[in-house]
Amino acid sequence: MAAGVAAWLPFARAAAIGWMPVANLPMPVAPTNKNKHQDELIILNVSGRRFQTWRNTLDRYPDTLLGSSEKEFFFNEETREYFFDRDPDVFRSILNFYRTGKLHYPRYECISAYDEELAFFGIIPEIISDCCYEEYKDRKRENIERLMDDLEDNKDSKLPNMTFRETVWRAFENPHTSTMALVFYYVTGFFIAISVITNVIETVPCSSMPNQRDIPCGERYTEAFFCMDTACVMIFTVEYLMRLFAAPSRYRFMRSVMSIIDVVAILPYYIGLVMTNNEDVSGAFVTLRVFRVFRIFKFSRHSQGLRILGYTLKSCASELGFLLFSLTMAIIIFATVMFYAEKGSSSSKFTSIPASFWYTIVTMTTLGYGDMVPKTIAGKVFGSICSLSGVLVIALPVPVIVSNFSRIYHQNQRADKRRAQKVQKARLSRMRISKCGSSSAFLHSKRNGLNQSLELTGSLEEDQQLKKTTSLLESQHHHLLHCLEKTTNHEFVDERLYEQGYLQTALQNFPSQSPSLSSEEGITGTCCSRRTKKNMQPLSATHTHNLQELSALHIQCGEQQPLNTSRSSLNLMSDESGSLNCKSSGLVTTAIISIPTPPSNNSRASPDAPPPPNPDAPPLPNTGTDVVKISAL
Amino acid sequence: MSSRRRRCKRQLIKFTQHIARLITGTLNSDNEDEEQESTTVRYHPENLEQLQSQTHFSRQELQLIYRGFKNDCPSGVVNEDTFKNIYALFFPLGDSSKYAQFLFNAFDKDKNGSLSFEVSIFNLIILLRGTTEEKLNWAFNLYDINKDGQITKEEMLDILKAIYDLMGKSIHPRLKEEAVRQHVRMFFQKMDINQDGVVTIDEFIDCCQKVWLVFIFN
Repeated sequence: MAAGVAAWLPFARAAAIGWMPVANLPMPVAPTNKNKHQDELIILNVSGRRFQTWRNTLDRYPDTLLGSSEKEFFFNEETREYFFDRDPDVFRSILNFYRTGKLHYPRYECISAYDEELAFFGIIPEIISDCCYEEYKDRKRENIERLMDDLEDNKDSKLPNMTFRETVWRAFENPHTSTMALVFYYVTGFFIAISVITNVIETVPCSSMPNQRDIPCGERYTEAFFCMDTACVMIFTVEYLMRLFAAPSRYRFMRSVMSIIDVVAILPYYIGLVMTNNEDVSGAFVTLRVFRVFRIFKFSRHSQGLRILGYTLKSCASELGFLLFSLTMAIIIFATVMFYAEKGSSSSKFTSIPASFWYTIVTMTTLGYGDMVPKTIAGKVFGSICSLSGVLVIALPVPVIVSNFSRIYHQNQRADKRRAQKVQKARLSRMRISKCGSSSAFLHSKRNGLNQSLELTGSLEEDQQLKKTTSLLESQHHHLLHCLEKTTNHEFVDERLYEQGYLQTALQNFPSQSPSLSSEEGITGTCCSRRTKKNMQPLSATHTHNLQELSALHIQCGEQQPLNTSRSSLNLMSDESGSLNCKSSGLVTTAIISIPTPPSNNSRASPDAPPPPNPDAPPLPNTGTDVVKISAL
Repeated sequence: MSSRRRRCKRQLIKFTQHIARLITGTLNSDNEDEEQESTTVRYHPENLEQLQSQTHFSRQELQLIYRGFKNDCPSGVVNEDTFKNIYALFFPLGDSSKYAQFLFNAFDKDKNGSLSFEVSIFNLIILLRGTTEEKLNWAFNLYDINKDGQITKEEMLDILKAIYDLMGKSIHPRLKEEAVRQHVRMFFQKMDINQDGVVTIDEFIDCCQKVWLVFIFN
């Protein structure tokens, strides 16, 4: 729930009264209400349709276009309104987001149009509330797949500079790319069919002489069948080895289902070759022949439908499991009942409960062979109940399986659940980043606040500039957090640096400088505090250097998530770099900020800021990144 | 005897109803909706002019506060969960639920579990525009969790822990268990004049007025 924070700010400041008596340090000065303008209505003209709202409503999300000063670019002086040349229908949902804090995705809207509007107004799609988020993600996924399908159709030409291995792999995966691959595809298919038919015919009895008993063809024409088998296995082996050679990741290929089927298909032959002489294991050898039937599964490479069937069964595992479980329960119940019902009658086939299982299964699946029939009246009654319930139990999960199959068949294979997991995680992490945004905004302004208080001779303009960039709401909120710090005599630290610092202190028992020293004197801005800060810096700078490898992970994260991409801080960056350059000494770093400071100041830069692993990273104010955060305020 | 018979009859009726439902095939959920009564509460605040005269907020301020209030609590009253959510927004780094609970109890003087708009406004008036003594009174009320007129060490420890929780984990220096107790000890050293282990309202007000730095909260 995104509260209209401006309205609740008095409550929060009231809470601060509770801290006063317990605080041991003097509280910072409250920000004065500079701009006393009352809450005003602003008019947003979106392609002719006028929307009106309070200015405070828009200020709730200062990281979006409407909430920040970016909307001033769209201000029309003559008509005193903000004009946006965009879709008014989509704008309705966007404005509702400001009003209610929830972003909804209207179902009739095109997904890419909606995405564009969100990007224009600087709102991340992850904010879409849970009621509409599923729909949004589904539509987006469909769209992406459709685009990918289109791309694949267009992708005819071979990519240049593919190695032989890559070419072979590509030929195997997409047979229609080259004629050679197509030929190989059909040849293997043909031989699979031949092999399967051979296995079948092997067992057909073909009698040579009328008085001899029928012997299967396999034993009659042993050599012919053996040659056929050898040829097929040759082809399969060659194919398997070529695939193994061409696979980009051999380990993953060997683990995949298709390759296991391949191996199982050709292994019996080789085992048979090895073990023909040994009489003891010939029995086992015979059973191994059963596995030759697995060659039929090799067809699944050739048939999309077969693959989909396999995938359906896999994805309906829970329904199948339920079916199996309920059937088992019912079988056991009815078998027991039938056994005891039929116990009395003589010459009953129901000799034991496991023997009754067969009757129960045959009855429940409405097969009714008739080899076991109840004779007593009780047995007949229970038998009829059994067959009726069998119909029900089996009929229930089947439609689910069927609908699953048709869904997958129509929409190609998708790893739905796997991707949903990843998406959910990514969504939560983006929202967490935006939450961190608000805290980092505080840390940032704290630094600037100290900056401005230490600059005793700072010019008035710079101060005003710095002050203007944070809205009144933000400054009051930051003041509140500052009071809290004073009450508890601890300072807020950036999470990542907190962990880093923890690592440091854990590994090296360095007596940590008491920050109370710096915080107490920070406000008063004496020279001593500056010196203490300077003394603090080189010590911990060596720490960071020594532990650079250990905290490399943290640094990496720090690099990838530039903290200062909020629009307000873009302005701040330019100001602060200017002001920092003016002051020769006494860089204010409260040892907690991890922004990539300009290289000229790096030597004295914030000690716990990750020493830039790539010192050649230009200190441009992050215009390249598109990370837009919504502050939770 | 008669009550037992009545109960038997009621059970029998319910059983036959159940069987009838089973046979005719009505779903359970259809019937349950009828049994549920609407439990939403609609609460209207006082007149704007009346509030304006009772409190000393300006008209615009009242409007602004009420608009935000009504936006987040359409039923017109704040309950404890909403209160906690609001504070969670202001202190995103830490866990504000305990402190919010204490605050809620301090706001909610008649203990009915929800705050109406007037109650909130009257509290705010004291906190933002009241005299120092009124503010101290309110603060004492906040600290005195069981409202017995005395602050004990345990109550203070709870309150301080809640305040420290607001900071969260990422603080510098790292929070130690002992730090909170130390803070409590310092507080009692300052406030408990007669050293009897509890702080009464008079001790509190006397002491705070001496060391209170009056600051401007507008």
